[in-house]
Parts: sequence; structure tokens; C-alpha cells
Amino acid sequence: MYTFSSKLKTFSFVLMLLGAIGIGIGFMAAPKTIEDVEKILAADSHHGHEAAHVEKEVSHATEAHATEEHVVVDTMKVADTHVVDSTHAEAHMVVDSVAAHAEAHADNHDAHAKADAHSHDDHKAHLEHVLHQLQNKPWAALYVACIFFMLISVGVLAFYAIQYAAQAGWSPILFRVMEGITAYLLPGSIIFFVLLVAAGMHFNHLFVWMDPEVLDKASVKYDRLIDLKSGYLNVPFFLGRAAVFLIVWNLYRHFSRKNSLAQDAASDNSFYKKNFKMAAAFLVFFIVSESIMSWDWIMSVDPHWYSTLFGWYVFASFFVSGITVIAMITLYLKSKGYLEYVNTSHIHDLAKFMFGISIFWTYLWFSQFMLIWYSNIPEEVTYFVTRIEHYKLPFFGMLAMNFIFPLLILINTDFKRLTWIVVMAGIVILCGHYIDFFNMIMPATVGDQWFIGIPEIGALLFFLGLFIFVVFSALTKAPLVPKGNPLIEESKHFHY
Amino acid sequence: MSNKVIHAIYNDDDVLMDAVKQTRAAHHHIEEIYTPFPVHGLDKAMGLAPTRIAICAFIYGLVGLSIYTALMNFIMINDWPQDIGGKPSFSYIDNMPAFVPIMFEGTVFFAAHLMVITFYMRSKLWPFKKAENPDVRTTDDHFLMEVGVHGNEEELVSFFTNTGAVEVKVVEKH
Repeated sequence: MYTFSSKLKTFSFVLMLLGAIGIGIGFMAAPKTIEDVEKILAADSHHGHEAAHVEKEVSHATEAHATEEHVVVDTMKVADTHVVDSTHAEAHMVVDSVAAHAEAHADNHDAHAKADAHSHDDHKAHLEHVLHQLQNKPWAALYVACIFFMLISVGVLAFYAIQYAAQAGWSPILFRVMEGITAYLLPGSIIFFVLLVAAGMHFNHLFVWMDPEVLDKASVKYDRLIDLKSGYLNVPFFLGRAAVFLIVWNLYRHFSRKNSLAQDAASDNSFYKKNFKMAAAFLVFFIVSESIMSWDWIMSVDPHWYSTLFGWYVFASFFVSGITVIAMITLYLKSKGYLEYVNTSHIHDLAKFMFGISIFWTYLWFSQFMLIWYSNIPEEVTYFVTRIEHYKLPFFGMLAMNFIFPLLILINTDFKRLTWIVVMAGIVILCGHYIDFFNMIMPATVGDQWFIGIPEIGALLFFLGLFIFVVFSALTKAPLVPKGNPLIEESKHFHY
Repeated sequence: MSNKVIHAIYNDDDVLMDAVKQTRAAHHHIEEIYTPFPVHGLDKAMGLAPTRIAICAFIYGLVGLSIYTALMNFIMINDWPQDIGGKPSFSYIDNMPAFVPIMFEGTVFFAAHLMVITFYMRSKLWPFKKAENPDVRTTDDHFLMEVGVHGNEEELVSFFTNTGAVEVKVVEKH
């Protein structure tokens, strides 16, 4: 039996406390009125940043309009100017700076004329726009950290179900570790659902389509594209779907764990067989719900944009994070002497999964990026234009962290058996995939006002502390060797 | 001087593994082992050095990547930077996503093929090569261990008979 070391427990509480303070500061620091925003922008321009930025934007726009050839050749730049113009033309779509470039394209010319004039109304609309972005910041920080940790436990649950369904012989020795990690699913999904309800009750503007005015034909904010999707994107249906998915995932987790514990004392394999069937059924449900989940919780922050392989992409991201967490917690427990039968071959296998799924994630990232970049259709490409324009470092930085680093480190067979290499690669992969989720959520919610500061790190620390506390508490509740599993002997002697 | 070797023939891979361990413990130098199929762990038991072919493959992959990158850069960017469907051909990085499929396939192509050729060359395999098979049964269901004879021949023969060999022969090798 594992005993939760008091040091680690204190550490998790400290993380939660620091995180809560960080989250609190984030909410306190968010501006309440347009006047606050004006002050913040003024303070920014003291550094010469904002002013220069605006100037650059305007000159960019003029330049692009001056030479029509330039527009034709440098497609990326054209898309840039759309973003710029939309900030001014955008009175009717205040919250979502990313979307609606298809229309912005049509408006381009008169919007540009207006930009020169820089009328007072435009300025005010711009301030309101920034206000919404800054008010979204602490919420988005909370949302990203919350969904990231919850999906890690979902990724581990999927991995666990795959190991059961595939009757893998090497992994049963790690089942209790995986069950420990998936224990986070229940608290994690409750907090996450509360966040979704908060969004549905208009405590924040994370989801543009939740604003009732975008569906109101009389409103200046009326958005026909969102209106057309409102049969799917409406709050009750959205929350209903979320509830169903979270409940089914939690039920699978609950019963699988129960059967796994019952199997330890059983005289036959009936509980194992039940788990096997349940895992197969869960995987079928999971792949459907996972796809819909990714549209709902992540893609719908950009309700004007869509991508068909998005579900797989999100899956690869949290799946590799989940496997990495299994490897890291296994190594931690092993280093404390709790996992007698885990040898370097088990670690090697996990590291191979980390390596392989990292490559798989990259494959999907690139397939999504390259198809959209190549065809360069305005309504699709804005998604990447905003990211490359405003999130250049996180956007390409995560590619280095999630692809190049694991590729070069984990390709070596000997390295995959070394604890420090696997832990180091794991930390980089986890940070990289946090940034991946950051890149998916932030551009649509806070736009160019992003920063990884106190609210973001605070939220991350809070959920990390909670995660550590829940997972290691769950690990104390059952023996770490599932001795009733029919494949456990094979797993104990697994050697690669 | 005669150059004699012992051919100890086994009909089970477990027996063979035990025999290899005993032979190594008795410090007889194993010249070669012929088996009809890969015996898991035989190389470790024999104390063979690990293969370096994966390292070769990695380097070949880098070579492939460099060649295809240079190729695309020369053709598409330097030699004739046409505007093809609005794709930016100002610099390599501008148009890189379009080259990635080629760079990837080039890397795999070089890594795979050069590794295979390396394997053939290092293991001396080619068409019309004369087969080096000391006993035809080793391709079917027998395992043969070849050990050089130094010193007492009879002692060696009885040693290998005791390791479970179904047949021990002393052969003159040319």
C-alpha cells in the first residue's frame, strides 16, 4: 500500500493556495470599465509598444491597399490586414476578433477609409473590445488549466481502456497507477462543468455564441453565421451534451475501478471479463464523445471556424499528456520504492508511447495547419493568421517542445530507460501541451492581450496542486499491484 | 597445420541456449551459430556486440533531409522562383509547409534504403552469393554451434555431447 507522504501533501496544498491567490489576483486585476482599459492601454504605450503597434497596423493596411500585386502575391500579409481592419470595423462583433473575416474582407475598403479617419466611435469600440478581452483573461486562464488537467485524466482513462481492450500483457502492473490518475476525473469534471455553467450564465464571454444578442436580428451584434449554427450551439443543448459525456466517462471510470478492485479477491475472471467488455464499449462511446467534446469545449470559442480533424488533434494532445503523466507518476512511485515489479522495460514502453504519440500529434497539427495554409480560404485561414500574428512564440514554440525535443531525445533506445531523460522529456511535453491548449483557447477569448502571467500560472498551479492531491490520495486506497488480474504474472516479468 | 572445428548440432533452441551458456562459461570460443529462425536472446548469450545499424539509419535520414531540403530550395526558391498559385517563393521558410511532405518522404527513403543496403554489405549478402551452410538441416529444424578446436579434441567432443547435442562432429575447415 502506498502512503501519501506528508511532504507531498503539504506541497500540493501550497500549490493550491498559491494558485488560488493567483486566480484571485487575476480576477481583481481585470478591468471593470472602459476607463480602466484606457489607463491600461496608456500605461502600455509608455513602453512604446501599443502605439508602435497601432502605427504599424495602419501602415500595413495602407501598404496592402496601395499595391494590388502585393496583395495577390503575399497572401499571408493580406490576411494580416484583415485582422487589423476588423479591429476597427468590428463594432458589430465586439467579442470575437478572430471570426468574421469573410465579411471583413468585403468591408475591407470602407473599413480602411474609416481607419484613416479614426473616428471617436471606432476608438470607443476598440476600447470595449479590449475590455472584453481583458475581462476574459482570468476566466480563460482558469478554463485552459481546468480543461488541460481534466483531459489528462481522460487521456489516461482512454489509455487504460485501450490496455484492457487490447489485453496488453505488459501494462497490468501499471493499472493502479492509471486508476489513481483517473480519480482526478470526478473532481476535475465537476469544476469544469461549473465553469461551463458559469459561461452559460454569462459570467464571462468565453463563448461568443452564448451572447443572446448575436442571435437577435435587431441587434448590431447580430451574427448570421452563429444564428445558423444555433440549432447546435445553444446553451441548454451544450450543457446537456457536456453533462452526458462527463457522466458516462465518470461512470466508466467508477465501475472499471470497482471491478478491478473486486477482481483482486475473486476466484474467477468474471470481473476482468466485465471490465474487458466495458472497456470496448467505452472506447466506442469515447471516440464519438471526444470528437463532439472538442467541437463544443474548444472549437466553439471560434464559432466562425471549423476543422474536420480537430477532434483527433485534441485527442492526440491530451492522450500524449496522459501517457506522460503515467510515466512520470510511475517513476516517482518507483523511486520511492512502491512499485517493486516495474522495471525499465515498462518505462521503455511508456516512453515509446510518449515518442510515438508526440509524432502523431505533430502529424495532425501539421495536417491541419498545412491544409488550411495551402488552400488559404479566408474563413479558415484566419484561425492561423491570428495565431501566427499574435502568438508566434507559443505557436511555434510548442512545435519545438512537442515534436523536435521528444523526437531527438526519445528516439534513442537507451535513453528511454533512463529516469531523468524520461522525466525531463515528460516535463517538456506537458508544458508544450499546456501551451497547445493555451493556443487553442486564448486567441479567440483574449486575442492579442494574452500573457502567461499571474492568472495563467496561478490557475495552472491550483489545478496541479489539486491534481497531485487527488491522484496521490486515490493511490493510497488500494494495493499498487492488481493481483487478481489474469495478465499480472506476464506483466511482472515483462521484459523487452 | 590443420584447422579443425567442432560442429555441435542441437534440435531445440532452449537446449542450444543452455549449451551456449555452458560453452561461454568453459571459455570455448564460439565461431558461429547457425539457426533456422531468430532465437530470442541468443546474441546476448553469445556476448555479441549490439548492432549500430539504427545509428546509421538516423544519419542516413539526416542526409536525406538535407538533400531534399537543398533540392527544393534550389529549384523552387533560387533557380526559378515563379509565382505558382500565389504560393510565396521569396524564401524557403515562406513556402516550407508545401515542402514538408517531400522532405519527410526523402528522409524516410534515404533512411530505409541506405540502411538496408548497409545491412546487405555488412552481412555480405548479394545475389549469386554462394551459401555458407555447413549443414542443410540448419535451415529447417536443427541448430548448429561451431567451435574451433584448440587443445584436446576428445575432451571437447565429450563436453559438447554433455551439453545435449544430438550430434557432435569434428570437421576440417578450409
